[in-house]
Amino acid sequence: MLDVIVNGESRALAESVSVKQLIQDMDLQGKRIAIEINGEIVPASQHSSVQLSSGDNIEIVGAIGGG
Amino acid sequence: MTQSNKDPLVIAGVEYNSRLLVGTGKYKDMDETREAIEASGAEIITIAIRRTNIGQTPGEANILDVLPPEKYTILPNTAGCYTAKDAIRTLMLARELLDGHPLCKLEVLGDEKTLYPDMPATMEAAETLIKDGFQVMVYMNDDPILAKRLAEMGCVAVMPLAAPIGSGLGVRNPHNIRFIVEEATVPVLVDAGVGTASDAAVAMELGVDGVLMNTAIAGANKPVLMAAAMNKAVQAGREAWLAGRMPRKAYASASSPETGLID
Repeated sequence: MLDVIVNGESRALAESVSVKQLIQDMDLQGKRIAIEINGEIVPASQHSSVQLSSGDNIEIVGAIGGG
Repeated sequence: MTQSNKDPLVIAGVEYNSRLLVGTGKYKDMDETREAIEASGAEIITIAIRRTNIGQTPGEANILDVLPPEKYTILPNTAGCYTAKDAIRTLMLARELLDGHPLCKLEVLGDEKTLYPDMPATMEAAETLIKDGFQVMVYMNDDPILAKRLAEMGCVAVMPLAAPIGSGLGVRNPHNIRFIVEEATVPVLVDAGVGTASDAAVAMELGVDGVLMNTAIAGANKPVLMAAAMNKAVQAGREAWLAGRMPRKAYASASSPETGLID
């Protein structure tokens, strides 16, 4: 298992999970989101190729109403 | 307005017909958000960046589905950021989210009570963002010298506050807004503090290029109606500014001829 933090919460993932798979697990596929891992943005074009590692701190953000 | 006397707002080389920019926060639901934004006539709308599933009702449409980037120019903000680092990080994520869209609203807040900007931190963030290719519209104090500095740095618009964010107090220091307009080399937008339609007109009559507001519309009893009122007020204020007001006089001056009166 991989232990990662997603948006501040611990999450256990199966071994060798890509960013794309995490997005699918979280039911966020097709949504307008941006992803940062350990402070670095992972561009959408790399979601399939980037694999998550244990201890990764992942932020998934979206747009909401704001002034 | 007809084509011949077209008076567009130009920001970073792009022309906009509406001089009213609106925020998308604090509405009752997505329907009200969409209806109010439509009634406002705004073409540029601000959004905030937050962790997914925060500030969203599960199952409710996303703001960008309701107000799509194909129809509106999306202006991501850095609301809630109190450091240059957080603001930069937020806008980097926003740019990724919006497929490389460089236009952004930078605000680095200094204090929760006033939500006044932390200007040294704002300038630090602006410098980094501009170097990185962002087109920065910057929320700032109503300080003419800072406005000049930020324009020189390469900000594409300067956005002095009229009054504290969400206060609805109207233009508290019209003289400073005028000074900023007089010296401006980039568009000046009043951002924050407008409370009602006359406040928006007052700001426009000072010669600013546009007004950005959120709470004045979302916080009205009937937001959609207020959005329509703001749309008209911004246009009326712009036309009054272009027309040039009559001089103020201390005493009366009759409007009708004073000769040829019947005995």
